[in-house]
Amino acid sequence: MTTVAISTVLDEIAVGRTVRRLAHEIIEFHNGVDNIVLVGIQTGGAVLAGLLVVEIEKIESTNIPWGTLDITLHRDDLGLEIPPITRSGSNLPDIDGRIVVLIDDVLFTGRSVRAALDAITHLGRPEAVRLAVLVDRGHRELPIRADIVGKNIPTSFGDKIEVAYDQLTGKSVVLLHQEMTINGN
Amino acid sequence: MTTLAIHNARVIDPELNLDGIADIVLVDGHIARIGPNEAEMVIDAERVDATGLVVSAGFIDLHCHLREPGFEYKETIATGTAAAARGGFTTVCAMPNTSPPIDSQASIESLLRQIEQSAQVRVLPIGCITVGRQGKELAPAGELVDSGVVALSDDGDAVADASLMQAALSYSSLFNLPVSQHAEDPSLVSEGQMHEGWVSARLGLRGRPSSAEEIFVARDIALAEVTGGRLHIAHVSTAGSVSLIAAAKARGVNVTAEVTPHHLTLTHELVAFDNNYKKIDYNASAKVNPPLRMDSDLEALGIGIRDGIIDAIATDHAPHSLSDKEIEFDLAAPGISMLETAFALAMTRVHDGTFPLGTLIRSLTSGPVRAWDLDKRTGLSGLGTLTPGAPADLVIFDPEMDWTVEPNNFLSKGKNTPIAGRTLKGKVLVTISEGEIVYEDSTAAGRLRLSARGERS
Amino acid sequence: MAISDFERPLDSVAGQSVEGALGAASQDVVWNHDHVLDLDDFSYEEIESVITLAGKMREVLDRRIARAPILRGFTMINLFFEPSTRTRASFELAGKVLGADVISVSANTSSVVKGESLIDTVKTLSAMTADAIVMRHGMSGAPYLASKYTRASVINAGDGSHAHPTQALLDIYTLKQRLGDLKDKKIVMVGDISHSRVARSGMWGFSAMGANVVLCGPPTLLPSGFLVNERPKHARSALPDVDIETNIDVAIKDADVVMALRLQKERQQGGLLPSLHEYSRLYQVTSERLSKAKSNHILMHPGPKNEGIEIGGDVASGSNSTIEEQVTNGVAVRMALLYLIAQKNQREN
Repeated sequence: MTTVAISTVLDEIAVGRTVRRLAHEIIEFHNGVDNIVLVGIQTGGAVLAGLLVVEIEKIESTNIPWGTLDITLHRDDLGLEIPPITRSGSNLPDIDGRIVVLIDDVLFTGRSVRAALDAITHLGRPEAVRLAVLVDRGHRELPIRADIVGKNIPTSFGDKIEVAYDQLTGKSVVLLHQEMTINGN
Repeated sequence: MTTLAIHNARVIDPELNLDGIADIVLVDGHIARIGPNEAEMVIDAERVDATGLVVSAGFIDLHCHLREPGFEYKETIATGTAAAARGGFTTVCAMPNTSPPIDSQASIESLLRQIEQSAQVRVLPIGCITVGRQGKELAPAGELVDSGVVALSDDGDAVADASLMQAALSYSSLFNLPVSQHAEDPSLVSEGQMHEGWVSARLGLRGRPSSAEEIFVARDIALAEVTGGRLHIAHVSTAGSVSLIAAAKARGVNVTAEVTPHHLTLTHELVAFDNNYKKIDYNASAKVNPPLRMDSDLEALGIGIRDGIIDAIATDHAPHSLSDKEIEFDLAAPGISMLETAFALAMTRVHDGTFPLGTLIRSLTSGPVRAWDLDKRTGLSGLGTLTPGAPADLVIFDPEMDWTVEPNNFLSKGKNTPIAGRTLKGKVLVTISEGEIVYEDSTAAGRLRLSARGERS
Repeated sequence: MAISDFERPLDSVAGQSVEGALGAASQDVVWNHDHVLDLDDFSYEEIESVITLAGKMREVLDRRIARAPILRGFTMINLFFEPSTRTRASFELAGKVLGADVISVSANTSSVVKGESLIDTVKTLSAMTADAIVMRHGMSGAPYLASKYTRASVINAGDGSHAHPTQALLDIYTLKQRLGDLKDKKIVMVGDISHSRVARSGMWGFSAMGANVVLCGPPTLLPSGFLVNERPKHARSALPDVDIETNIDVAIKDADVVMALRLQKERQQGGLLPSLHEYSRLYQVTSERLSKAKSNHILMHPGPKNEGIEIGGDVASGSNSTIEEQVTNGVAVRMALLYLIAQKNQREN
């Protein structure tokens, strides 16, 4: 018999701290926020991008352009369940000549990021593209590397990492779903 | 002397007013005696035990397409008559829309030779009304009658020109020959693919309106009245036609009519729908001319048979190959392979109480004979009845047996039927043609045979 | 959207901006079709799914590089037995934008009659590993036959007088963009209804969306059999409920949408109309007649149009007209269908 055990890997407070650190790292990496655009990969990255924007703007006391990117039509895995259609689609400011910082909640096989890169090239010509993620859980299938990582969490391939965002409280937690086999008796 | 004895059957002959349990003895291809215990009194005979079964005169089909010569890939006289036997038919009238068409002595002689060689039951030829079925000049009816045709028809097409139809009715009266008209005004049905109604609207197909048939029925009745010719309406399909024919008969017009088993039981919905009105299909197996129509037409046609307005049930057996049917609906050949399912399908209207079994039997035996005077024309006195002396053409059937239509089992080359998989109630078990058993159903095989001395084998 | 929409004032609430990022609502896709033969078996939810997805596809078309290669490796074959510039080009473009391999085959019906049968053609194409066959044919029912002989998905691009489902979908999309909810809107189609596959699919689609459909034309061009009382009760659901009206002024009165159908000279047999001039006098959709429709009415035409016959030139290019949008929307809707079909095939294999 198999069951799924869910454990909290990062609680609300830990996530909050990690997000703040990421915000600082993004600023440090780019020597400020000149010319950067934050682009959240939908749907998990969109939430995170929004949170990061708020943090960065607090730290630097300036507005930075940001948006969200719908990668559904650039994926290479047509056969999965159709994701629910979100009404917003991609919502981006001009990215030509800017530094796009792709934001995603979990970096896993790297395919979402590849799709995001594909989408970005169809939308404009940025000066550079960087990647910042909240969690890197390993198991890359493509040569993709995050420039800025919140937490490295080693997992088994069959596990699932979920970044659960509570809209009411505005807080997130990171959960690990592990399949466990229980023998009889 | 060859003798065949049928034991203990329910014998039905509406012409002789017979309906009771009896034995029948057939000697040398003729009906010898009918009565209780007659079979026991015969010493040495082939025997069939018909306990619990019905026996009637063999069925007679005024309208079937055997396709030979010219379209042997669809059917031959051999396969078509084998199918007829399986359906209980001991006499079939073959429509002349062959290649070449039967419009001259030469063409009919070759046909007759072929019939002699390969027919399993009696085949009576029908000749064309017009040369080549072109609808322009009359074919030589006298020559055709001398060669043995029992009627004239351009079936497949109507004789469209009124003056030519009038001439045909007038001229053929010289020979008292029935003229069987495929009644559909070509200008109203050109490119029509099915009945014009809500189903054709739904499918986006051009329709063939009921009025196209009724117009020609009315017109030809008027022409028959004027000429005194012998009009026969082939495959009547509308309620309006039934009314017109009834009124004409009441006035004493020399008009007869036939209806097919499919027009008695199937509607235009079969073209589009299986069970579910939300899901359509284009079933070319249900494409036929004239087309399957509406419940109200089926109702009127059933009453037409019940009340004798329609004289005969005729199959319009129209075998086609798969490549003629499994194509775009507009291009599919019209017609249903009907010989092997005709009786059972028509039995549907007996089981639903529209008309009694005796009436069905009459529509398949004495009705057709009378409509076309087939007994006189062939010299076979008593044809279509069980009168002693009549040809030993009989059918033994079980009116209650359920069976499922399986086209792959058809003896006809034509497997084109819209009722594949349907369960029908009523099955022909044995068919006897001129004293010989020409068909024996596998479910009955052996079971019905008794030894020459009357014991079960 | 302007850049300023993305710049947050410092005092913005995190919840608000994130909600904007998630989108107002997300909707589950409903899609149960292997083939798209007609809209008669499409539920309201399925039509909505196509429309919403078409909206996303429309965005792709507005990009600098209008490509979203989700259908790479997918083979789409356009099998057109009837000539068509716009529908074929629309499907070709739809496939190419999504990165599919697109092959166009034109056959014509008479060559099929003489030589290779429709079934043979379809089987041959399937053997070339077609994933989707987009088919236009001059005879009603042809795609139904084709769908039985191929594992590819068949998309009907028009069969005889029977159906043109992608046209109806793009019409619904266009109307929803302009009018929002179609429930209870009066949609009038004027013209050669009996031969119109656009009218038939439109009837199904608009009814499914809750609109009231009125069919208008001269009696010789209106099919018998569409009214409720012309079919038995047990078959009520076999056709959508529509109204039929031969007087164009009565039909157009207070209409929300007026669709002019092309007078189909090639499909119409001689004798159904005295003359084109007579038709245009009685049934042309003109600005004068449209003044009786609602003031914010929409004017549609599936194209190509015969100005001066079924539609006045001035109204065709007027502000109520959606004729040009219908063309662009057509590509987006077809992209959405290809995506849904490809997705379903993939999931099931």
